[in-house]
Amino acid sequence: MVQESATAPARSARVAYLNARLLCPESGLDAPGALLTEGGRIADLGPQLFNEGVPEGIATVDCAGACLAPGLVDMRVQLREPGQEHKETIASASRAAAAGGITSMVALPNTDPPVDDVAGVEFVARRAREEKLVKVYTYAALTRRLEGQEITEIGLLHEYGARGFTDGVKPLADAQVLRRALSYATAFDTVILQLPQEPALSGGMMNGGELATRLGLSGIPPLAEVMLLERDLRLVEMTGGRYHASLISTAEAVEAIRRAKAKGLAVTCDTAPHYFTLNENAVGDYRSFAKVMPPLRSESDREAVAAAVADGTIDAICSDHAPQDQDAKRLPFAHAEWGMAGLETLLPLSLALVHQGRLSLLDLLRRLTATPAGILQGHAALTPGAPADLVLFDPERPWVIDPDRFLSKSKNAPYDRHPVQGQVLRSVVDGRSIFTA
Amino acid sequence: MTAAQTSVGSSGFPHRHLLGIEGLSRSEIAFLLDLADHYAAEDPRAHRPSALLAGHTVINLFFENSTRTRTSFELAAKRLGAEVINMSVASSSIKKGETLIDTAMTLTAMRPDLLVVRHPDSGAVSLLSEKVDCAVINAGDGSHEHPTQALLDALSIRQRRGRLAGLTVAICGDLLHSRVARSNIHLLTTMGARVRVIGPPTLLPSGIERFGVTAYHDMRTGLADVDIVMMLRLQNERMQGSYVPSVREYFRFYGLDREKLALAKPDALIMHPGPMNRGVEIDSELADDIDRSLIRTQVAMGVAVRMACLHALLRGTAPPEEGRA
Repeated sequence: MVQESATAPARSARVAYLNARLLCPESGLDAPGALLTEGGRIADLGPQLFNEGVPEGIATVDCAGACLAPGLVDMRVQLREPGQEHKETIASASRAAAAGGITSMVALPNTDPPVDDVAGVEFVARRAREEKLVKVYTYAALTRRLEGQEITEIGLLHEYGARGFTDGVKPLADAQVLRRALSYATAFDTVILQLPQEPALSGGMMNGGELATRLGLSGIPPLAEVMLLERDLRLVEMTGGRYHASLISTAEAVEAIRRAKAKGLAVTCDTAPHYFTLNENAVGDYRSFAKVMPPLRSESDREAVAAAVADGTIDAICSDHAPQDQDAKRLPFAHAEWGMAGLETLLPLSLALVHQGRLSLLDLLRRLTATPAGILQGHAALTPGAPADLVLFDPERPWVIDPDRFLSKSKNAPYDRHPVQGQVLRSVVDGRSIFTA
Repeated sequence: MTAAQTSVGSSGFPHRHLLGIEGLSRSEIAFLLDLADHYAAEDPRAHRPSALLAGHTVINLFFENSTRTRTSFELAAKRLGAEVINMSVASSSIKKGETLIDTAMTLTAMRPDLLVVRHPDSGAVSLLSEKVDCAVINAGDGSHEHPTQALLDALSIRQRRGRLAGLTVAICGDLLHSRVARSNIHLLTTMGARVRVIGPPTLLPSGIERFGVTAYHDMRTGLADVDIVMMLRLQNERMQGSYVPSVREYFRFYGLDREKLALAKPDALIMHPGPMNRGVEIDSELADDIDRSLIRTQVAMGVAVRMACLHALLRGTAPPEEGRA
């Protein structure tokens, strides 16, 4: 996505990435070759590049056969700055993102104060410029103070760079407000993101069903998701608005999205790795690190989400990074905060789908780069002239997740000693290496 | 639906009531505008009393506060020699629980010749007209119609441009709640003008294209090459995040300023039914620009148009009195 960095290297600085497996979901390129960056941009790439050797004055990086792709675009991150800097800051989240191969991320507006005015959008942009790491964008609140009543200044916020509008972790319940917001936003061609969970049915702590009953925890029925989603899709049909459903977690919601797309509605959706990696059993013995919204669902829902990512019904995979400190999680399950840290595990957990043979590496990268960028009216591609935002990774290398080693300030992930395959080796933003393994 | 009911006999305006523009023919509208032209040419300060409506009683029955429209009707009736009674019902009978029909029956017993009625509910004036035995002029009903406003707008345009047919008129702002917009759309399209409507999607009613207009959400494209820019008033309560996020955002994208006006034809004229929210839908400087703004002409034409409507409904084919022009 396009955001000029204040610290792009000098125009003359050139770096050659040699012996790479070039992967570009937008063009369909998947071939061995080399790539040249000049300043902050991609200058050239291809299988023949530098076959005759690298000229003098160009720095080289030997990729040793590893994959070189557009940097990941993470469309759902909670930054906690301003307001809860003890959990995460723009700086610490940027370092964690870089380690995860993410070169652009979009923050939810649910900070304290929330991003519901132009000053909030400018604050995030200014802090990101100061940190000079990954590109940090923000959504703006869809309603003032995230209260679900009055729509924010969608036109002005869009002009100032808000990438979309959402009340973040709060579903917008009022149909009239959502109708007007969808309708109003069509004048500015911006996207509205909704976490489709009917609030009246979402008062529980985990997925509704046998396990919740056994644990004595109040349940959230899977119906809560498809119910609000289907209502929203009707409003999308009526208003012609652009709508994105966040964190699809159930088989029925997948079906609803599939039908809406078949109808030709302007609808997209995402999910996070935990919804195709884990099921409700991860809550197990009241493990609060597995307490997420929407809750981890049944095994058949997990299977349906994985299949939907593979066939493209689910357009994008986001980290849903929700940092929480120890105090917020080491509590009885009902009192623990929601969410898990996800920036550093987005790629390896997603690669499992490739290793399972569900989809090609190129298709997986599409869900992690070009498609989320496109939903937010940006680009992520290996194209001469495009910003040199890249990830270099070895898709095969096995390792074991150890949350204690996260660069994120918060370590709340239920993947302790979880084996994965695929490691980020280097992250490049505007031609600068900001992370090296 | 027919907004005007046909009465016996043939004249330039064969209707008993003036309830709306919808349903009026091109020649009927032209008849009212021609008659209004005649009255607009008169100098009221020549102090030549008219006896055209001598002995007639007109009651201004306003269920909604209005100073400008009521005063305009009152002056029109008095200049034609009629007796005028003003009744503001908003503050009295409604609170005592009297229904609209009760009020109509009471007034009928007083035997007026004509009622001028404004009501906050769409369709209320039409309902009342069925229950009284005199002529009724709709001075604005809810979000439905305000026919005399559309007529005075048309008269203002015609006087400055010489015609209505072939002109491109942009109506901008809160179309959803505007009776002025609906009446103007009916009138202008009937008279052969091209009408565009411009506003945020939340303030353009669904199906508006079926009225024969073109809808725009962007002032920059909507105002391109228009002859007339008609701004509508945006009510305060609609600016606080329900239909529109804020005043500043509304003015930024939908308020008329020099920059946006520059996209219209170089001699494009600005209109506004009043009262204006300066800095909300219109820049103050533009509203007062006498070369571009028709806003004061609109007020002046208001009296002439209402004299024409009273004349047409009460004296039918009678010619305007000689020697008064």
